[in-house]
Amino acid sequence: MPKLIKDGAVVEDSWQGSLLDLDEFNAVAANGTATGVVLQPDQPPSALEADLAGIEVIAINFPVFTDGRGFSYARELRQRGYRGEIRAVGGFIRDQLGYLQRCGFDAFEFADDSSLEECLPSLREFSESYQADMIQAEPLFRRR
Amino acid sequence: MYVYDEIDQRLVDERVSQYRDQTHRYLAGEIAESEFLPLRLQNGLYVQRLAPMLRIAIPYGLLNSAQLRKLAEISRHYDKGYAHISTRQNMQLNWPELAEVPDILAELATVQMHAIQTSGNCIRNTTTDQFAGVATDELEDPRPWCEIIRQWSTLHPEFAFLPRKFKIAVCGSETDRAAIHAHDIGLELVPHPDSGEIGFKVLVGGGLGRTPVIGKVVCEWLEKKHLLTYLEAILRVYNQLGRRDNKYKARIKILVKAMGVEAFSERLQQEWAAIKDGPNTLTEHEISRAASFFTRPAYREFEESAAGSELQATLDTEQKFANWYERNTLPHQVPGYRIVNLSLKGTGYAPGDISDRQMEAVAELADRYSFGEIRTTHQQNLVLADVETGELLELWKKLDALGLATPNIGYLTDMICCPGGDYCSLANAKSIPVAEAIQERFDNLDYMYDLGPLDINISGCMNACGHHHIGHIGILGVDKKGEEFYQVSLGGDQGKEASIGKILGPSFKQELMPEVVENILSTYLALRTEDENFLDTYRRVGLDPFKENAYAKAD
Repeated sequence: MPKLIKDGAVVEDSWQGSLLDLDEFNAVAANGTATGVVLQPDQPPSALEADLAGIEVIAINFPVFTDGRGFSYARELRQRGYRGEIRAVGGFIRDQLGYLQRCGFDAFEFADDSSLEECLPSLREFSESYQADMIQAEPLFRRR
Repeated sequence: MYVYDEIDQRLVDERVSQYRDQTHRYLAGEIAESEFLPLRLQNGLYVQRLAPMLRIAIPYGLLNSAQLRKLAEISRHYDKGYAHISTRQNMQLNWPELAEVPDILAELATVQMHAIQTSGNCIRNTTTDQFAGVATDELEDPRPWCEIIRQWSTLHPEFAFLPRKFKIAVCGSETDRAAIHAHDIGLELVPHPDSGEIGFKVLVGGGLGRTPVIGKVVCEWLEKKHLLTYLEAILRVYNQLGRRDNKYKARIKILVKAMGVEAFSERLQQEWAAIKDGPNTLTEHEISRAASFFTRPAYREFEESAAGSELQATLDTEQKFANWYERNTLPHQVPGYRIVNLSLKGTGYAPGDISDRQMEAVAELADRYSFGEIRTTHQQNLVLADVETGELLELWKKLDALGLATPNIGYLTDMICCPGGDYCSLANAKSIPVAEAIQERFDNLDYMYDLGPLDINISGCMNACGHHHIGHIGILGVDKKGEEFYQVSLGGDQGKEASIGKILGPSFKQELMPEVVENILSTYLALRTEDENFLDTYRRVGLDPFKENAYAKAD
């Protein structure tokens, strides 16, 4: 079974559903059978034609790690109250884990899952942050 | 100035550890070159033509003497004993070793400094008026706002992989000395038309580079507490919609142009509505906390008349001092004090360069004469902002001995100039030798003063680090089949009436440049009416007379 980083730990990917492309997902969303979708960088969350609450996993693909649109998409999903899994997939890199997590990603699926343990410290490089984010609801200036 | 608390310090320390680990993994071959690139850039490290270049952040251009001493020590130990002030008020080292950069960053952290986000596709160092807090035309000190923006933008998780770099500038005075029209976001502190309450006018989409654009107003007056949510909304629109397919069309100015400012504003309003009044809304407590770091130092009280008459007597007898006083010092908000500019534009070294010894000497002078604070300017000079009028003569003598009293601030030889092809791997042409040749040609002070205030800005390539578009005379290095040529533009201006210069015509060879500039200036001198400066004359007569003369002679 492939592994991923979920909620800060290396786990086996036990989720049984499948990640559909946006078009496929929207086609079957109406009858409530779709539980997972993968968004591409040009597909913002507003393109999802379904109640977010019914979706178990929303994957956001990073074809290249330098395309930062997915950071805003995850943040928007959480801001709209989505509580399911947001999974980073594709070419994102270990050194982005901290920021991705703060934007609302809680699962990370690397193409190569052989050394995930080594990546974990990148989730915990900073003990504080100035901004409000999906981990810390209040910006630092409200806590100072 | 702002002083770190335990949390600010911890964040920069943790950043150093993070980057040390990244550098280590890169050198061990565990991070690919392409993946390391944005990591090192966001820690200030470029790889340049001859060596790496490290850009150290000087938040909104403010330094204390301990920091400047540390910079001197770093430039001596890790570099060749000099550094360069950039047009974003930062400091650049030209010869650091990649493997030693984590050590340099650790040294910086000991004096509350860093190189975070001084490069890369992220929010860069916020810049402002170098005379903030002391300028006589100031409505409100912009520095607390710069610090609030610095903290909000530092290690922002959502905006570290933007389509392109992003620059913010803040202006709090009548004269815009921060070039806010040429920034991705320009903020101007303005009174509300009815209530008089001070808020922000917000401009978006200004910028230089390949496609120079003057920023558009998206909000005439924004209540202060909404600043961060509003900035966040702008960035969010840009991060999602900015072009990523072509780096030359990736700045927010292109997005605003393509969408139209109305459609952009509409989208911005939508984004803002979702977060307005949310947790990032500034509190009174935070606004006053930020302001508390920028209170007035312990100024002495002077009787203006006494100090004034003594000064006048000196000015009447010491011509060199008088030249310097008139050009390099400015009136201050507080009676008995002057703002002093230290020119880094003497002949014989690159514009904006400063040696380790000079840095140490300036730190000493700052402690002695100006409450231990120093400012850097986007014109690549330094400022001692709080000097007692009665000590000016003594200070001038010391500055003169250090080569920092060239009396040319705002005049021809005070050129803005990027490092150019001598250092920068992006450059198409050299810029420093052109600046040097012009400085040598125009070393006559009387001639220079007669010309009046004049901005000559030189960039070695389209990226426009030398701000050539907004120079009264702009010079741009271009590559023509492997040969370096220079395109000249006239009529640019960085103030509130900001304008982009117009291209004079075909470009010139390097050796012709001093003559071309002289020719332009002769045209101006022949056509000007009394009291007209270069820009006034240009605006009145247009490009044609300059063009005719320039090419008549050049042929």
